[in-house]
Amino acid sequence: MANTSPTPNDAGAPLIVAQGVRKHYGSIHAVDGVDLDIRSGELFGLIGHNGAGKSTLFKMMLGLIPATSGDIRIDGARVTGRDFRAVRRTVGYLPENVVLYDNLTGLETLWFFARLKGVSPKEAGPTLERVGLAHAAKRRVREYSKGMRQRLGFAQALLGKPRILFLDEPTTGLDPEAIRGFYTTLRQLRSEGVTTVITSHILAEIQERVDRIAIMTAGKVQACGTVQDLREQVDLPLWFSVRVAKEDFEMVRTALSDLQVDAIEAHDDHVKVRCRREAKMAVIEALARLGDRVHDLTVREPSLEDVFFGFSD
Amino acid sequence: MEIAQIATIAGKEFWDRIRNRWVLAVALVFTAFALVIAYFGAAQQGSVGFRSIDLTIASLVSLVIYLIPLIALVLGFDAIVGERERGSLDLLLSMPITRLELLLGKYLGLAAALTFSTVAGFGLVAIMLSPRLDLNALYHYFGFMLSSVLLGCAFLSLAVMLSVFAADRTRASGLAIATWFFFVLVFDLLLLGALVVTGGQWGGDALPYLLLANPADVFRILNIFSLDDVRTLYGLATVFPSSLADPWLLGLVMLAWIVLPLGIASWRFRK
Repeated sequence: MANTSPTPNDAGAPLIVAQGVRKHYGSIHAVDGVDLDIRSGELFGLIGHNGAGKSTLFKMMLGLIPATSGDIRIDGARVTGRDFRAVRRTVGYLPENVVLYDNLTGLETLWFFARLKGVSPKEAGPTLERVGLAHAAKRRVREYSKGMRQRLGFAQALLGKPRILFLDEPTTGLDPEAIRGFYTTLRQLRSEGVTTVITSHILAEIQERVDRIAIMTAGKVQACGTVQDLREQVDLPLWFSVRVAKEDFEMVRTALSDLQVDAIEAHDDHVKVRCRREAKMAVIEALARLGDRVHDLTVREPSLEDVFFGFSD
Repeated sequence: MEIAQIATIAGKEFWDRIRNRWVLAVALVFTAFALVIAYFGAAQQGSVGFRSIDLTIASLVSLVIYLIPLIALVLGFDAIVGERERGSLDLLLSMPITRLELLLGKYLGLAAALTFSTVAGFGLVAIMLSPRLDLNALYHYFGFMLSSVLLGCAFLSLAVMLSVFAADRTRASGLAIATWFFFVLVFDLLLLGALVVTGGQWGGDALPYLLLANPADVFRILNIFSLDDVRTLYGLATVFPSSLADPWLLGLVMLAWIVLPLGIASWRFRK
């Protein structure tokens, strides 16, 4: 599937490859035959309902739980078995609802994880600074707010300059400013070549920020591609909002009469037009012919949420 | 296996117990009990003051046999299940660490905390009593301290095993209490009951070996230095034949009680 969004590694080679991955718990098929290529340097989103299998797939990619069948490789190496330590040293992970140790300070928390990752504890200070927690470095985690804990969790994932980040609902508990700061950091990391796999329930938040998305339902990947690819695949209607004077409503209706338009609704100062994607350019041309009788024109593409429900319903 | 990973986990567990004053509290409890027993152990007989090291150790053994298993089980019952229930286990396991390293790190850190408390608590009393003790008595007291450490480590190993098997902390605590009841209260009664009911027909010859199946009994046997005036304090352990009462052999049995539950825990944790 072509990646049309401009990434620094547009032609990035597959870095994380899942082939025929299944995880069955008795009769429950948590993950049921997933094939996925995540490319080097891309920001990849994984979305789905609760219980769709995202977290299970995440845990299998990290080698935390074994797959019932199938194969997962990071940069050609298996995530479990002999290579696991080398693979883990290249990976940063932020679990959903990260839980850290209340009795440690922020700095001590990072020292602890730095030692486990075989990283110099000297990285702790600058990493705390990067996530905006330098001021709270010597405060105990029990005094941290939920957002601060989340940022500290993100900081531990960044220790050791990982090549790959797995972030499970990373913006939970963050305020809008912190969310913006978080994505700014992700963009910086992407420009440094870091590959990020992210899950989020807040689809509006990630739709403009990720390079590609996979939609999971019932343990399967229903679709994978850029947001635009997915819009085209699911073929949802577009909405035009055409601002015209009230007396020109009929003129709009006439101009579009020969086109494949699903619906035209008149509102106070504008007309709403619904059409299929293939009629989009014809509608724009017809409206352009009306000249300055049209005061304004807005096209609303289906949101990621619309696309998501288009695939999952 | 990477020793550095084990040391990192163990270091955190140990310092956590130092910082939250767990080590200090347990050491003080041991010191206080040991002092009370040494000086007031004979109060019921109408006298106070230090009598003999054999009597003191015998009294301490009957106290420690209840206390140390309980403390060890409370210390270790949530080692793994606690991390799992809090939600911090996945993050730990996403590090470049094996499950065995994590388990050993947890165990060794907790064992170090328990050992430190035991040695500091009873060691302080040894220092206070030292003017009244000869070399032989000190040797016996040292043996008592060492066996107490082994007893703690054996029950800690059982606790860590339970913490791997239990589905949640509540069940783990229930299992820990049941384990304490079984080994400390019920086990000897069962053996004794079987012996009495069968009129000594069943278990007579096997009894000494069956005692080895309980680390608390092994601890008791390890501490029989004199049978003359204290045998009533040791209960069933006095039936143990002296040929089997080699401290090295018993030490090995204690070691098995440490290694075996940890081995089972590791097998289960990997699944």
